[in-house]
Amino acid sequence: MKQPPRSHPLWLAFVLHRVSGLALALFLPAHFWLLSQAITAPARLDGFLAFAENPLVKIAEFGLVFLLAVHMFGGLRLMALEFLPWSDRQKTLAAGAVGAALFLSGTFFLRAI
Amino acid sequence: MTRTPEMLHVTVQRGTAQDTRKQRFDVPARENQTVLDVVSWIQQEADPTLSYRFACRVGMCGSCAMMVNGVPRWTCRTHVSRVASDGRLDIAPLRNLPVIKDLATDMDPFFDKWVAAEARHHPTRGRLEEFDPIKPDAPDRAEANLGIECINCGICYAACDTVAGNPDYLGPAALQRAWTLLNDSRDADRPGILAAVSGKGGCHNCHSMGSCAQYCPNGLNPMRAIAGLKRETVRAALRGKRDA
Repeated sequence: MKQPPRSHPLWLAFVLHRVSGLALALFLPAHFWLLSQAITAPARLDGFLAFAENPLVKIAEFGLVFLLAVHMFGGLRLMALEFLPWSDRQKTLAAGAVGAALFLSGTFFLRAI
Repeated sequence: MTRTPEMLHVTVQRGTAQDTRKQRFDVPARENQTVLDVVSWIQQEADPTLSYRFACRVGMCGSCAMMVNGVPRWTCRTHVSRVASDGRLDIAPLRNLPVIKDLATDMDPFFDKWVAAEARHHPTRGRLEEFDPIKPDAPDRAEANLGIECINCGICYAACDTVAGNPDYLGPAALQRAWTLLNDSRDADRPGILAAVSGKGGCHNCHSMGSCAQYCPNGLNPMRAIAGLKRETVRAALRGKRDA
């Protein structure tokens, strides 16, 4: 059956929260494995850190910081929705979460390049 | 202003859940015409075997909701000109409910969940006693008032992706009704309501996607009611732990 259009802001906020959470869950094991190389294989870690200076990696890191920030701010919005008195400004808050995440990841990117 | 086309090209889902097919009808277009008018024209002029449901035609009874071009709508108050820009309409029975035949869905699961959510009045007084006075401006009354205009049309239930993914989920309408009763000083079973809405399929399944509020034809916000239930169930659980 044809599904109802879901182009409304809060549904998109829901998807963004789930997708960012999933992407972070996939990223974290790789992140911890790389950190463990500091103890087990420092040369390999140094090799990767040199590779991470590549501009393309910086762009990927910008995406990563955005996902992390948008998941955190989106999660704060959901916790406020569920535990604080109701606010009718949910769409504004969701947009604010994306804006704050873009600001944070943008700042990170400008400092990284 | 765009010229009204002479004919509307209408696709209607026909048959039962076991045998579903699409049927095409050409319906004369009128300047003022609701989607329910179109369905009624088909039944009266083209195919009398078409099954559908309606009663009041003025947006009060909640029986004529259908999927119109993929969107759940109350068809009696949906003007064709607002939903079919190119003269095409796709009409199907409400999503998330079993089809009886054609456009008529079985509403039993929807209303069974109202009962499962304890979304029914539990009186504090009998008929021989005095009325319990209600102050219209009391905060709990004001909160209950926000949800009591629900006409049980099932549009929020059809719009909800959590219902689609979890058949046990009580759904926005039943939970909103439970919330209005929880805020009603005349309701005697607050703990019973909280227990019913916090169990399997209860309010904590809601992902706050907001499609219920987006598509509610009466402009209600079941997501707000469900957030209130989440808050109250957590508060009750913490209180229970403290008292234990």
